[in-house]
Amino acid sequence: MSKPEKLIENGIRLDGRKPDELRPIKIQVGVLNRADGSCYFEFGGNKVIAAVYGPREVHPRHMQKSNSAVVRYRYNMASFSVEDRKRPGPDRRSIEVSKVSREALEPVIFQEYFPRSAIDIFVEVLQADAGTRTAGINAASIALADAGIPMKSLISACAVGKIDDTLVLDLNKDEDNYGQADMPIAMTPDGRITLIQMDGNLKKDEFKEAIEMAKTGCMAIHEMQKAALMEKYSSQIEGENNE
Amino acid sequence: MDKKLVIPGEFLSDDPLLADEGTYVEDNKVFSTVFGIASFKNHVRVVPLSGKYIPKPGDLIIGVIKEVTYSNWIVDIRSPYDGLLHISEFPRRIENDEMSKYLKMGDSIMTLVSDVDANMKVELTLNDQRLRPIKEGRMIEVTPSKVPRFIGRSGSMIAMLKNETKCNIFIGQNGRIWITGRDNEMELAIKSLLKIERETHISGLTDRVTRFLKEQKGEKVQEKEPEKKEENIEEDKEKKESEGILDELLGNEK
Repeated sequence: MSKPEKLIENGIRLDGRKPDELRPIKIQVGVLNRADGSCYFEFGGNKVIAAVYGPREVHPRHMQKSNSAVVRYRYNMASFSVEDRKRPGPDRRSIEVSKVSREALEPVIFQEYFPRSAIDIFVEVLQADAGTRTAGINAASIALADAGIPMKSLISACAVGKIDDTLVLDLNKDEDNYGQADMPIAMTPDGRITLIQMDGNLKKDEFKEAIEMAKTGCMAIHEMQKAALMEKYSSQIEGENNE
Repeated sequence: MDKKLVIPGEFLSDDPLLADEGTYVEDNKVFSTVFGIASFKNHVRVVPLSGKYIPKPGDLIIGVIKEVTYSNWIVDIRSPYDGLLHISEFPRRIENDEMSKYLKMGDSIMTLVSDVDANMKVELTLNDQRLRPIKEGRMIEVTPSKVPRFIGRSGSMIAMLKNETKCNIFIGQNGRIWITGRDNEMELAIKSLLKIERETHISGLTDRVTRFLKEQKGEKVQEKEPEKKEENIEEDKEKKESEGILDELLGNEK
């Protein structure tokens, strides 16, 4: 596929979106009943599934930390997730995504509550369409809440980029491949950033504007994450019969 | 509003002095740490909808023997941490090589958490009138954070269950529930317990479960009437014997 002539024309992108529009999102909580917590997350063409196990015993023993839980994050792309079959197993990119995603979630997890244990997070990408790491973090966040793991807050993530000199939110595959910059960002609901990476070039003021754009995107995603969790238990809770 | 479903990081209160379980304080404000039900009576606390059992001293729990070492039994207490039952905590004085004779791998015990240290080393004991190895009956597992709901206010829920099903039920703080009784009554008890597990967050639970039990039994009574008279006499005899032992075993549960 060669570069399309224009990625954005008259303020409309190739897939019909405006520059600050997110792709459609679909969330389902608790899809894996064997896992302690799980979440299926669709972000545009991305389909990811996150599973959380823990806190549980650490095997091998030498990896345990005496005063806190150890968080392990495994990001993996299924062979069929991309057009050109991806060879199974971790590659350098998967290891990198696993590391940064773990570092995006660790600051909010109360690891000190569970010494000598492990919290395992698995994210499998079933279909990839640019933005898999942000989809993974969003899904993992929900799965952690579903597992009852204490956290300071959820983490929401989305990517911002530049195409044809215009800043856009949530890049799709073509925009990512042929654009000028791609910046995935993860943050807490009050705007504290836990993940920020950049691929490409941005001027200083463009960078500042991009972060603001990402903030609005992440706020919107946070609302959807919250709604999905609430939906799992949507029945009346008020009542005197408790405790 | 007395109760609310909340997610981690949700704002709960401006008064840090009210902060209780399941919350954290930042900037003089109280937020939730878990996904669960927040209650605002007196203190502000959040009960998680799921989560592992974390042992604390004084908990009465049900454990399953995992391993027998030289002077300890290693017990699975349904937690990221294993329980250790030292040979000296067994109610009788026994020799180290006799350990498997009394408690072997796979056996279940009702035990008490005597101590948990900073490294989460969990010490268990059997030195208490209430505690025994479990030899018969059935066991199910539920979410540990929901255990207070199974017991009910001043034991109302569990008392009602025992009454309606004529079974003896012991609820461990780690979410394991031990039931003994007649086969079909145990079946009924288990169905109700699983119903409670599914519907903990919905109000009016005690009444709904009572109604559910009566309906289930109502059907049975109609079907089995001719047989019932004979059964009743035997049942009464059985009950008198078993009640004696079980009362001893269960005595004063929470």
